[in-house]
Amino acid sequence: MTGSPVESVSGRRSEPPRGMALFAYRAGRMVRTTGPYLTVLGIGAWLLLWWLFSEVWYLPRFEKMPGPVAVLSDLFARDPFQGISIFTDEYYEHIWVSCRRILFAFCIATGVGVPLGLCMGWSVQFRHYTFPILETLRPIPILAWVPLSILMFRGFEAPVIFLATLASLFVTTLNTMLGVQSIDESYFRAAGCLGSNRWQIFRHVVVPGALPFIFTGLQISIGVAWFSLVAAEMVSGDWGLGYLIVDAYMNNVTVPMVIGMITLGFVGWGTSVLVRIAGNRMMQWRTRALALEGR
Amino acid sequence: MSTAEMSTTARTGAISIRNVTKIYDPEGVNVLAVDDCSLEIGAGEVCMIVGPSGCGKTTLLNAIAGFHSLTFGEIRLDGEVLCDERRPLASQGADRVVVFQNGALFPWKTLGDNVAYGPMVQGTLSKAEAREKARHMLAEAGLGDVAEKYPGEVSSGMARRAEIVRALINDPKVLLLDEPYRAMDALTKSIMHEALLEMYDRTKVTIFFITHDLEEAIFLGDRAVVMTTRPCRVKTIVNVDIPRPRDYHLLSSEEFRVLVEEAKDAVHEEALKAFEAGERELA
Ligand SMILES: Nc1ncnc2c1ncn2[C@@H]1O[C@H](COP(=O)(O)OP(=O)(O)O)[C@@H](O)[C@H]1O
Ligand SMILES: [Mg+2]
Repeated sequence: MTGSPVESVSGRRSEPPRGMALFAYRAGRMVRTTGPYLTVLGIGAWLLLWWLFSEVWYLPRFEKMPGPVAVLSDLFARDPFQGISIFTDEYYEHIWVSCRRILFAFCIATGVGVPLGLCMGWSVQFRHYTFPILETLRPIPILAWVPLSILMFRGFEAPVIFLATLASLFVTTLNTMLGVQSIDESYFRAAGCLGSNRWQIFRHVVVPGALPFIFTGLQISIGVAWFSLVAAEMVSGDWGLGYLIVDAYMNNVTVPMVIGMITLGFVGWGTSVLVRIAGNRMMQWRTRALALEGR
Repeated sequence: MSTAEMSTTARTGAISIRNVTKIYDPEGVNVLAVDDCSLEIGAGEVCMIVGPSGCGKTTLLNAIAGFHSLTFGEIRLDGEVLCDERRPLASQGADRVVVFQNGALFPWKTLGDNVAYGPMVQGTLSKAEAREKARHMLAEAGLGDVAEKYPGEVSSGMARRAEIVRALINDPKVLLLDEPYRAMDALTKSIMHEALLEMYDRTKVTIFFITHDLEEAIFLGDRAVVMTTRPCRVKTIVNVDIPRPRDYHLLSSEEFRVLVEEAKDAVHEEALKAFEAGERELA
């Protein structure tokens, strides 16, 4: 802990840093740890391999793949050779359409799945009614739902959102249910002997107790939502990153295809970070306890 | 202190356990945990229950608290039937609050909110009043500085003390403690003991306290009730006629040693039987 900023110049322990000082402290600590450098190094090595395989050695199977130089120079070109770059409006339209669909799907899936899972975990009777149905529907791959969703809904928007919702709904529901079941019996007993009625136990024990599992589930579920959204957009769509990828493929322009894939990766990562941040905010009790354990 | 002497004062919280039998029946294999056990606990008494692991102490506590049913017999609180053969499961209520062996403060609430929980859900106080009272009571127990912290952020000793405050804020008739200091080191334990005695001297609530630790039993209790190994019954009762308030100097006194020895002889015999029977302890 040498040179840590909590030690003031006089050598006495001072107040912990706040505001800007705290930010500076965190930034300083980040610069000093090896983590970020390793990340940069890892990405660099990966780009290098990609470049060598596709643009230097033209290895078999890689000769049709656009290399990093081709992709990046198009991505950052004001006037992209193959139509898509960060300066074209279409690029943002594709991202926005996909994000909007994810937002709808994720909100519906969470809004339905969390209450459903809470009830399933809490009431044995309700679980007996619903669990077999969930377990039967869950293994059906989302692509198998595509024909049905096109029959059920009109237009491009609704079937795509339906498919993304369905996939994440199962994950959210199951995780929430397991979350309730993971709650230690003694919390229910404590709440009972402190005079809670059933609703108060639900509100003060079941919901917060299941929250860690719920947020683990939500992180998986947003990933699954992207996964099935893109699959759906590839089958039926007019806009969206999934559509961008197939459309490029159909038109034999490979660079936008790869741009679509990379963008998808980053946007998906970003959304799951958002979910994680929301989770940490809502579970201060857990974040703080984990921080004390150095995690 | 006899039960008769207690009942002359206006105190409440007398428990009478009459011919209680509990048979667990998992998959048709009957486990006789408590067999025809009777015990009278006076109002305001500190009754220490001592016995080998797996003898059925927790089973008895769970029946009083209403966590599970009993098979035969009845339990009364101040003469009113909590549970009997017709209604084998007592209703859970804030007149009998439990402090659990592994601690059951809600990890998602601050210590202050944990303590305020009882009065808040019962509706005896408004949320703000409950918070205020909780802060006050925590400060009284020396926990004023950590009221805004979560249980995961404080030591186990502090958490356990806060849990007792969470129980006492409801003004219960009986405090039920199930080996609350089991996992603690001797030094922390002695601090916890003094804090508990200090709270007891203020509230004079009836205490039903399960323990393994004979010194703890004699130091804290008015009586130490030694239980037989499973099936659980009262083996002997050691009366502790040591005046209160007590402090840790008592631990080295002659009369204390004599009482511990007396209890030890009784417990040792049962512990040996339990060991030979291979009793498995449940948390
Ligand atoms: N839910 C249960 N089902 C079956 N047997 C149980 C159950 N709970 C406790 N027992 C048995 O009852 C006996 C007494 O248990 P318990 O009351 O927990 O003992 P103690 O608290 O004195 O250590 C033990 O032999 C235990 O195995
Ligand atoms: Mg026990």
